[in-house]
Amino acid sequence: MSIVALDEPGRTELLMGNEAIARGAIEAGVSFCAGYPGNPSSEIMETLAETAKQIGHYAEWSVNEKVALEAAAAASFAGVRAISSMKQNGVNVVADFLTNLSLSGTKGGLVLVTCDDPSGISSTNEEDARFIGRIGFVPVLEPSTPQDALEITKFAFDLSEELKSLVVVRSLTRVSHTRGLVRFGEIKKNKATPRFDTATSFHTFPVSFKHQIMREKLARAAEIFEDSPFNQYTGQDRPEVLIIVSGVSVLYAKEAISLMGLQDRVGLLRIGTTWPLPPKLVTAHLRSTDRILFLEEVDPYLETSVKAMSAQLGPELGLKHFYGKESGHIPSVGELSCDLVAEALHRIMDVPLPAVDRDYLDRAKKAADELVPVRELGFCPGCPHRASYWSIKNALKMDGRDGFVSGDIGCYTLGIFPTGFNQVKSVHCMGSGLGIACGYGKLGAQGFDQPVITVCGDSTFFHAGIPALINARYNQSNFVLLILDNSATAMTGFQPHPGTGMAAMGNPAGRVDPEVLCRALDLPVTVCDPYDLPGTTKTLYEAVKQGQEAQVIIMKRKCALVQNREGGFPYRLEVDQEKCRGLNCGCSRYCTRIFRCPGLIWDSSTKTARIDEAICVGCGVCADVCSHSAIIRRPKNVGQTA
Amino acid sequence: MKDPFNLIITGVGGQGNVLASQIIGRALVKKGYLITVGETYGLSQRGGAVSSHIRISSKDQYGPVVPQGMADVVLGLEPVESLRILATYGQPEVWCVVNSRPIYPIGVNAGDAVYPDLEVLKNTVAGLSKKLWWIPAADIAAEIGGFFMTNVIMLGALAATGSLPLNQDDYKAALKDIIPPKKLDINLTAFDRGLAEGRA
Repeated sequence: MSIVALDEPGRTELLMGNEAIARGAIEAGVSFCAGYPGNPSSEIMETLAETAKQIGHYAEWSVNEKVALEAAAAASFAGVRAISSMKQNGVNVVADFLTNLSLSGTKGGLVLVTCDDPSGISSTNEEDARFIGRIGFVPVLEPSTPQDALEITKFAFDLSEELKSLVVVRSLTRVSHTRGLVRFGEIKKNKATPRFDTATSFHTFPVSFKHQIMREKLARAAEIFEDSPFNQYTGQDRPEVLIIVSGVSVLYAKEAISLMGLQDRVGLLRIGTTWPLPPKLVTAHLRSTDRILFLEEVDPYLETSVKAMSAQLGPELGLKHFYGKESGHIPSVGELSCDLVAEALHRIMDVPLPAVDRDYLDRAKKAADELVPVRELGFCPGCPHRASYWSIKNALKMDGRDGFVSGDIGCYTLGIFPTGFNQVKSVHCMGSGLGIACGYGKLGAQGFDQPVITVCGDSTFFHAGIPALINARYNQSNFVLLILDNSATAMTGFQPHPGTGMAAMGNPAGRVDPEVLCRALDLPVTVCDPYDLPGTTKTLYEAVKQGQEAQVIIMKRKCALVQNREGGFPYRLEVDQEKCRGLNCGCSRYCTRIFRCPGLIWDSSTKTARIDEAICVGCGVCADVCSHSAIIRRPKNVGQTA
Repeated sequence: MKDPFNLIITGVGGQGNVLASQIIGRALVKKGYLITVGETYGLSQRGGAVSSHIRISSKDQYGPVVPQGMADVVLGLEPVESLRILATYGQPEVWCVVNSRPIYPIGVNAGDAVYPDLEVLKNTVAGLSKKLWWIPAADIAAEIGGFFMTNVIMLGALAATGSLPLNQDDYKAALKDIIPPKKLDINLTAFDRGLAEGRA
């Protein structure tokens, strides 16, 4: 029984922002939920899947974000409430459908939640997905706290039904992955039975007419937002400086104001209805002062919207001083913080920064600079990707034609770093490694003679890799595709996908075997065990050498974290201290310096390698890396892993 | 208690940072505090540094990130990570509760970087703390069942410091709420061992 599903209005729980979003959908009476995993959004659909049987809604991990929103739209067309969740990159994937969906309109409340990741803490970019509000003509709402996330999600369904439009809720890492107190409301009962009314239709024609309707819906949204409880003002009637803020930054602003004692001088206008902005509310506040500071993550979205509004009303409002990302008072990249807000207020108002012991911080920073080593990201102990990249590195070296790897999205993106022996030379978006390889593979006629390997995880292959592979088959592009099949969407928390035979709600599901699929394309397919270093290296070398067309090698080995949960690994490793050649091995300490598994540590007193018992899981791969047989695999009782 | 009171838990992915913050969070909520827990664990399983910021107040809800120079307690599941946190969030009155067992960064194993001498590190952290508890949690963990117990042992040590407005029963009640029944006994043992070590 999940706490999130409890029908106890008034109950207060410590919930993660993502759980609160799921609770908001449950309270709104959602019937259909579909998403694709991606940090920091994954826990939304996980929670909805976990609560599905208790509450009676449906939840699925779709093959990608676009299919997720399309499936959710079907539920809306059939008159019931639906939600789709994703990270910021997913909004790009749905954009084509979305910009047509806003023309066709919707019926049952339809909400898209995007969780953006300022600073790219777990992302390849720090894109601001609010852009979709402008190009898609859909309202965008922004929660600031977990409680707010619940309320805004719930409201989004009502708004969607009123406007007959998709509504976007835009969360942030510091909302989605923050735990805060959340007070439960009532769960809507008596949901409608889905039924498509064949007297209705959902399409974009006539296009300009529908475009006009879309604009009118946005104008209506702006009117509704004039009185929205999600826009709140705190402060004097005529503040010296007005802060206009959205998202989690409202909490940073409140704290900075309080630490600097500026409560009577700075006003705080928190905007929860970011797009379209309610013009009367905003202009009323613009009239109250001449100095305005914008706080938002990541891009200056509110900032440019308010400035445009101000320019429109120019003569009436008079000249304003705007401070924010465009003026350089707030950094244009990365997350915000209380400290950055304080810094901006310090510069604008010439007031002292919050009192902290600068001497102490200088001293602590100096000590840390001197003593604290960088902690680089690396594959987990036992990770099959480390073994795969080891074989890739050696196969390409044996081939000798300066081959390289086109990378993709997943844990194996870390192949750009030393943990993957820097083999990966490009990374962009889901499936793009394959698409890019299609291009390299056709450059031969122009004299390109380097072999290309592209790596793609199993979930990524299903998500966006398949069309590119069909393209390769059709256009006869020459490259080697390695499907790194670890039977999990590991990066985002082990969600099931079409290859696993399990569905989101824990039920058995139809299984799609990548091997069968690739064979159906009439491409050569080989299956390898990445732990078998010599065998895999040989297979890879031969594929690279003989390549006339696209070839598929499936690297099959469970994610080490999954293996650990399912009973662990068979070996206990040890380093024979007599045999270890230490500094004399392979231009010095080959295993720790080159193979870089965190389970292998360097003992600086004996100048030999050792196993870190706290880290090593016992996969045994390193025993094959050591050319002096100093690393020894001994059997251990499977199941008794630490 | 200072209001807000700021606790930072730091460590390396896989050490159980988030579970520790959940247990503390739950215990504080039961006592009626307004709390916010900010977690940073983007690629945490992949060897990176992770941290949880816990903001405790009886008046207001605070943001999920502690302002610089304003940590009141640092619970360090790994020694150099504790110093890394102090460099941004420390202040002269901070209390530190630190597990003495290093997890070596890959760069250290590879010879690209150096892990500081533990005595030097301990003295440096001590010099930057009003009070320091240096806990051999990994030794205790190895003795009672495995390294994965480290986080709960460290919770016991934190309880011993009395720095948070929680007594040991509050922590134990939260443990019971969150840890599956099968694993509860071993975790309570771990907590008690940490508590004893913290008091020693």
